[in-house]
Amino acid sequence: MRVNFTVNGRPQEADDVWEGESLLYVLRERLGLPGSKNACEQGECGSCTVRLDGEPVCACLVAAGQVEGREVVTVEGLADFAKQRAERGGCATGACGTDGKAGTSLQDAQHWAAKGQDSQTGEGTELSPVQQAFIDAGAVQCGFCTPGLLVAADEMLERNPNPTDADIREALSGNLCRCTGYEKIMDAVRLAAARQGEAV
Amino acid sequence: MDFLRPASWEEALAAKAEHPTAVPIAGGTDVMVEINFDHRRPEYLLDLNRIGDLYEWEVGEDSVRLGASVPYTRIMEHLRAELPGLALASHTVASPQIRNRGGVGGNLGTASPAGDAHPALLAAGAEVEVESVRGSRRIPIDEFYTGVKRNALAADELIRAVHIKKADGPQQYSKVGTRNAMVIAVCAFGLALHPETRTVRTGIGSAAPTPVRAKAAEEFLNAALEEGGFWDNGKIITPSVAKQFAELCSGACNPIDDVRGTASYRRHAVGVMARRTLTWTWESYRGTDGRANQKGSVA
Repeated sequence: MRVNFTVNGRPQEADDVWEGESLLYVLRERLGLPGSKNACEQGECGSCTVRLDGEPVCACLVAAGQVEGREVVTVEGLADFAKQRAERGGCATGACGTDGKAGTSLQDAQHWAAKGQDSQTGEGTELSPVQQAFIDAGAVQCGFCTPGLLVAADEMLERNPNPTDADIREALSGNLCRCTGYEKIMDAVRLAAARQGEAV
Repeated sequence: MDFLRPASWEEALAAKAEHPTAVPIAGGTDVMVEINFDHRRPEYLLDLNRIGDLYEWEVGEDSVRLGASVPYTRIMEHLRAELPGLALASHTVASPQIRNRGGVGGNLGTASPAGDAHPALLAAGAEVEVESVRGSRRIPIDEFYTGVKRNALAADELIRAVHIKKADGPQQYSKVGTRNAMVIAVCAFGLALHPETRTVRTGIGSAAPTPVRAKAAEEFLNAALEEGGFWDNGKIITPSVAKQFAELCSGACNPIDDVRGTASYRRHAVGVMARRTLTWTWESYRGTDGRANQKGSVA
């Protein structure tokens, strides 16, 4: 079957989708967006976390056919999503006043790489605040869980700009990391929250 | 496999009547796991996501009509006052990502003895509204669970909503697992005080082939509370009464040994949870409703 949906602000079409296929498979294998990671395929690890109509969900547990006509944001579109949100005062979907340039094209998304800004020289790709905070706090080790954590953490900071440690732990409780012991991840989210507070 | 996408409830019923083997999928948090792992290859998937009605709830005079697909996140956010036991149970479901998708309808459809919502529904008192092209009926929650992962639904029926009694007193929910998030219950316990009828209801999860109530324990406690005038005098529940209640709750279990825990551990833990939840709810009752009836005593 064919599935039409919005990915990172741009309309996309996936063909020859098997009826039992997950959104995760469509993103990775049909659209070439491997940022959302495939690990447990049972919703345990959160490494495939994406936003579905704004809500963080495990892409492995959403049937492809269920996203028809809906909006998905993946980690590849997170930088742009955060930028739009900052510019539009909360609305990142482009729903409120589209200029046609919103979103991340499939090609850009496929070639997206996390080249954070060098803190010394200021050179590099622009990242979302939470991505930059993960790099600055050293919250990335093997990196496999990072995309899911970024999407989940970004959504929490959108909802709750001044999270307590308990809030952060709760929001990230569906994301497993086997390297860091979570301390650096906590540091990164605290850092992103603090920077977000300063920017206002 | 065919993917059926009804745009309305009527279309969904028609599709289910035409294809009784169709597997309904809403949040997908159970169904997709089975498909991903090749444990299930249904001929038809019946997607219920487009049916907006299933995502709504109405707070009535005596009960809440909770649409089958209302995500656990919404229950936690909006129905804590009306359905405190279910809101607590919802908070123990998996993780935020899962709670954003899963709902009580799926828990009932799967009818796993470990489903987190069941003990809360049993304790509060509920009816499941199911419908087919033949008509609609309401199944009392006590008659809904018929076996391990089996329920009272006919092949052509779909779960539309759950009618849950609004809390008329304190409710509690407790669950044993290895961590807070992402655990299937080793066992779980729900307790609701119903001061209006002066009764207590319980629900036990993951400690019998189906979710069950501890009816002997309820009867014992109802009698003990009545006899001691506890509902009126708001006194602390006698430790021997709490102990007996806990033992009877343990006795209502019919657990198995499995990877998550042994049968004897489950029996023991249900007793502990029964005693604790009784203490918590009763303290809450004494602190609010009970206080007016206390005769100048200091807690």
